[in-house]
Amino acid sequence: MPSLKDLRNRIASVKATQKITKAMQMVAAAKLRRAQTAAEAARPYAERMAVVLGNIASGVTMGPETPRLLAGTGSDRVHLLVVCTAERGLCGAFNSSIARLARDHANRLMADGKTVKMICVGKKGYDVLRRQFSEQIIDLIDLRSVRQLGFEQGDMIAQKVLALYDQGEFDVATLFYSRFRSVIAQIPTAQQIIPAQIEAQGVAADSVYDYEPDEGEILATLLPRNLTIQIFRALLENAASEQGARMSAMDNATRNAGEMIKKQTMTYNRSRQAMITKELIEIISGAEAL
Amino acid sequence: MANFNFELVSPESVLFSGMVDAVILPATEGEMTVLAGHAPTMTTLKTGFLVITDSPGNGKRILIRGGFADINPTGLTVLAERALPAEELTQEILDKEILHAQMVYDATNDPVAKHAAESAVVQLEDAKVALSY
Repeated sequence: MPSLKDLRNRIASVKATQKITKAMQMVAAAKLRRAQTAAEAARPYAERMAVVLGNIASGVTMGPETPRLLAGTGSDRVHLLVVCTAERGLCGAFNSSIARLARDHANRLMADGKTVKMICVGKKGYDVLRRQFSEQIIDLIDLRSVRQLGFEQGDMIAQKVLALYDQGEFDVATLFYSRFRSVIAQIPTAQQIIPAQIEAQGVAADSVYDYEPDEGEILATLLPRNLTIQIFRALLENAASEQGARMSAMDNATRNAGEMIKKQTMTYNRSRQAMITKELIEIISGAEAL
Repeated sequence: MANFNFELVSPESVLFSGMVDAVILPATEGEMTVLAGHAPTMTTLKTGFLVITDSPGNGKRILIRGGFADINPTGLTVLAERALPAEELTQEILDKEILHAQMVYDATNDPVAKHAAESAVVQLEDAKVALSY
């Protein structure tokens, strides 16, 4: 049976924790709003890009001149996994669910006899994945010093991936991130980015376009840009998901702390009352004995 | 004058969306003016000013860096890698852009890219001079 002082201390410490989780929840809510606006603002660009690419790609027949970003290298032996996670923890299952998806994917590929390479964006995913895949991880991209995610960060990652692709380091690249559905629902997603997957637009195929410069050149400049925008978008979605996950995790933590305080206070009051009663009985029985 | 739908989108936001009379694009192979009923065209863009005319004599200039224009029967869509409205331009921003272009110029050996970076520097320096008046 803990003493009254122990109970008091315990209640005080849970109260302090509750204050912290409450503050974190509030901060996450404010950050979430910003991240969500940024993610929504980026959406039109990515959507238009998909439409434009679809328009061009539907007119292009696969041949030896097709850019490798669209046609692929012709094999699928070496896979590159770009795993985007958060830089910070305390956001529920956010990091671990992305890491799990990536790990399952990697295990499946390795069971098929494929070679797997990994690039980790964000420290948390790296911490989880390096236990099992320390030989496969070729790079860690740290975005901790970045205050506001910009196009530059997406571009930086895309340039790294492109450089590796040009050196023939891998055949297929897949991007792992968490899609933001709502505050309580974030969906870990795997998306193949190289070779590019483009839905051909059947309707636009018959409209006659003038190309300036020619079709191939436009496609060649557009495909790397598309890669950048896909990565940029994944980063933004991830940022919004992270804050959403943190917000609900901290909300839960605050509620749990509240429940714990209630329970502890109850025990505290009970044992205090028991002590008083005990003392009273002692006094009374002492008086009676006289 | 006939209007058409124009949208200017950068990765971070939608900068302009609405009906316009004419748009002058800094296309890689020379500037071009897009009016209503333009033939469907796709073109890449270089660094330069994009001029929007939404009613006769009323224009708006936006500095864009690299991008892509899609002219189709429903209108014109410009996907700019980076876009800065002329009102927001300051000497410092321009200096930064010039530095960026010069770095690209120094870093590349590809003659086409070198030429593009060189013309970007010229464009930006012109803009800087124009701004100082």
